Amino acid sequence: MSTSLPALFAEAKSFSDGGVLAQYAWLIVVLPFIAALVITFLGKRMPYGGAEIAVGSIFFIFIYSFALLILNISKGVVNEFYVQIGSIGSLDLEFGWVVDGLSIMMFFVVGTVSLLVFIYAVEYMKGETRYTFFFTSLTLFAGSMLVLVSSPTLLQLLVGWELVGVCSYLLIGHYWEEKENSSAAIKAFITNKVADVGLMIGIIMLALSAGTFRISDILYKATHGNENLSKVALVAGVLLFIGAMGKSAQFPLHVWLPDAMAGPTPVSALMHAATMVTAGVYLLARMFPFYEGVAAPVKELVLLVGVLTLFFGGCLAIVQDDLKKVLAYSTVSQLGYMVTAIGAGAYTAGLMHLWTHAFFKALLFLGAGSVIHAVHTNNMSEMGGLKDLMPKTFRTFIIGTVALAGLPPLAGFFSKDEILASLSHEGYTGYLTIAAVGAFITAFYMTRAVVKTFFGEYRGNRDPHESEQLMTIPLVALSALAVVSGWVNIPGVYTGFTSWVGTRGISINEYHPESFDFAAMSLGLFAGVSGIVVAYLLYMKFGNAETGDEKIKLQPIWKILENKYYLDDLYIKGVVNPIKTAVAKSVDRFNTQVLDRFVNTVGLAMAFIGKIVYSNFDQNGIDRLVNSVSVGTDNVGGQVKLIQSGRVQQYLTLFLSGVLLVSIIVFVLY
Amino acid sequence: MNIIPILITAAALFSMGIYGILVRRNAVMVLLSIELMLNAVNINFILFDAFLKDVLLQGQMFSIFIITVAAAEVGIGLAIVLMVFRNRQTANLNDFDLLRW
Repeated sequence: MSTSLPALFAEAKSFSDGGVLAQYAWLIVVLPFIAALVITFLGKRMPYGGAEIAVGSIFFIFIYSFALLILNISKGVVNEFYVQIGSIGSLDLEFGWVVDGLSIMMFFVVGTVSLLVFIYAVEYMKGETRYTFFFTSLTLFAGSMLVLVSSPTLLQLLVGWELVGVCSYLLIGHYWEEKENSSAAIKAFITNKVADVGLMIGIIMLALSAGTFRISDILYKATHGNENLSKVALVAGVLLFIGAMGKSAQFPLHVWLPDAMAGPTPVSALMHAATMVTAGVYLLARMFPFYEGVAAPVKELVLLVGVLTLFFGGCLAIVQDDLKKVLAYSTVSQLGYMVTAIGAGAYTAGLMHLWTHAFFKALLFLGAGSVIHAVHTNNMSEMGGLKDLMPKTFRTFIIGTVALAGLPPLAGFFSKDEILASLSHEGYTGYLTIAAVGAFITAFYMTRAVVKTFFGEYRGNRDPHESEQLMTIPLVALSALAVVSGWVNIPGVYTGFTSWVGTRGISINEYHPESFDFAAMSLGLFAGVSGIVVAYLLYMKFGNAETGDEKIKLQPIWKILENKYYLDDLYIKGVVNPIKTAVAKSVDRFNTQVLDRFVNTVGLAMAFIGKIVYSNFDQNGIDRLVNSVSVGTDNVGGQVKLIQSGRVQQYLTLFLSGVLLVSIIVFVLY
Repeated sequence: MNIIPILITAAALFSMGIYGILVRRNAVMVLLSIELMLNAVNINFILFDAFLKDVLLQGQMFSIFIITVAAAEVGIGLAIVLMVFRNRQTANLNDFDLLRW
């Protein structure tokens, strides 16, 4: 293990090195994997089927990350630790852990959200198939995300990245008995894989041109002018961003995320809040100095994709009938906001939205899970009127909705406002308008979902009732966080969050508003309020949950939205089928006719040569030699053994004549 | 002191021993011939001890050793001969060919 705080960290000398707390931060990365092993082997024999180990390990992570967060708030922590595991040429392959403002923030988000989701899942998954395995994968999922966010090298980042992908595959396909669910898992995996190829190539390019996998070294070189790095910066920057687009579900690679709703609801909550989709935003934030430095032009692309995502994702959420899919598209849209912020150079604003979004989106998903648990369907057309039947779920869900819609003083207001303010400050007026429209859409679809789920008459045929305490407690805890988590960064009042996440080895060069941008704020607020009002008018005042949709069914837009912009069709027809028919077939033909034939020919030739060698060289050469040696030995022995007559006196005679002979020779010679 | 006759006596004794060993077919006689050879050697030892007036009496020491060893050897030899005789009803050396190829 080595810690590296060389000249590179000169800029970060004012921060603490974190002491023992930072040195043992590897515990929180390793612990989930140990826990997963223990659950695998002992889980089934435990009273709660291994869930207690999962919750216990996550609780430890929560406590530890909370301690780190406190330390970071009070002193600021920057430190990195490396363990070398090998090398290729001059490239060192290193794992390790980084403890700085960004990673600590992520530790805390992962720890908190995972803890609450795990507790919730204990009750939610009760009696489901593969209960123990579910907790194994869930623990691994959280652990993989911790590997990702704690990585000081791009290599470890890639490992964590792929681990997250695998775990999400396992969890989305938890109910794999149904074809639909297993295909959703495969879809998520493959869509991510497509993006991962970009990430992998980008990482290889960066590592080769910078001569190191260490992120801080690469960032240092990126900000201090390095010729090798500048040459590949643009391409590598785009490739890394493609990787981020896959994991963070950016348009047009977002298609896997709504399908990922096939997994159990706690998985959706975890995936959307903390452990998967934030990975892409985290990557962009981690590499932020790179995007600010040599790869600056890529930011335009990042910004464009972010804005497209936040708009198109939000539009899709309007037409969904599946409550979880509304939230899924909402996540797509909110991730669009985060990416937009990063693209606009607003590091703090993007991470701030990640932070608040993690809490209120986890809250919304767990609330949706609670509803689904009660009514046994995902479709909002079979819900309604749950306001009085499930009061706790209703109240917490309302808090989440208001937070997401961006009304003060809840979390979403501050983070979204900061993004709008940054866009306005950077002069992206067009994008600012779209982002404001996005805020309107957000408020609209969330209000629609709330009305359809909780107001009016119950339209299903079940007997819904409030969920168990184990499920409502996390809801309450998360709703508290959804209220207060925005208060850590109020422009002009308290901007602690900026310094939390700005505590990095490389100084972050970004804009973030010091005071309220009243124009942007009022725009955002107006958009949010009007979204709620319009939805209220449509679905409650002049219509109801059933008829509200009729008024906004503008053809052909509605049809396009219902078909998700025909993106799935495009992928199936444009990518999957051509590969299936043309590419796969020709590869198959190539395989059988060229490769197989070649291999067969080589095999036959080798067999022929082998036969010749066997009969001529082996049988006639070596074997004959060995045989004749043994036969010769046998013959000689047969002759010599005759001396051994067994007659003592004959031996003595021979012995005596020998002695006499020697004596005579000695006598004659001397 | 004239040692020649005594040496000749010892040599004659030794030669008789060799002759006995090589010619007699009876195992007991062979053992007796070996005793003759050993005693011829003893005579030589004693002779040279006396002749050289060795202070440490090494010749006498060795002859005593040889007598002891000869006694042991004859004991074992006779025992072997006895066992062979018991099993094969013969003491003829030509029939002792168990160790041939």
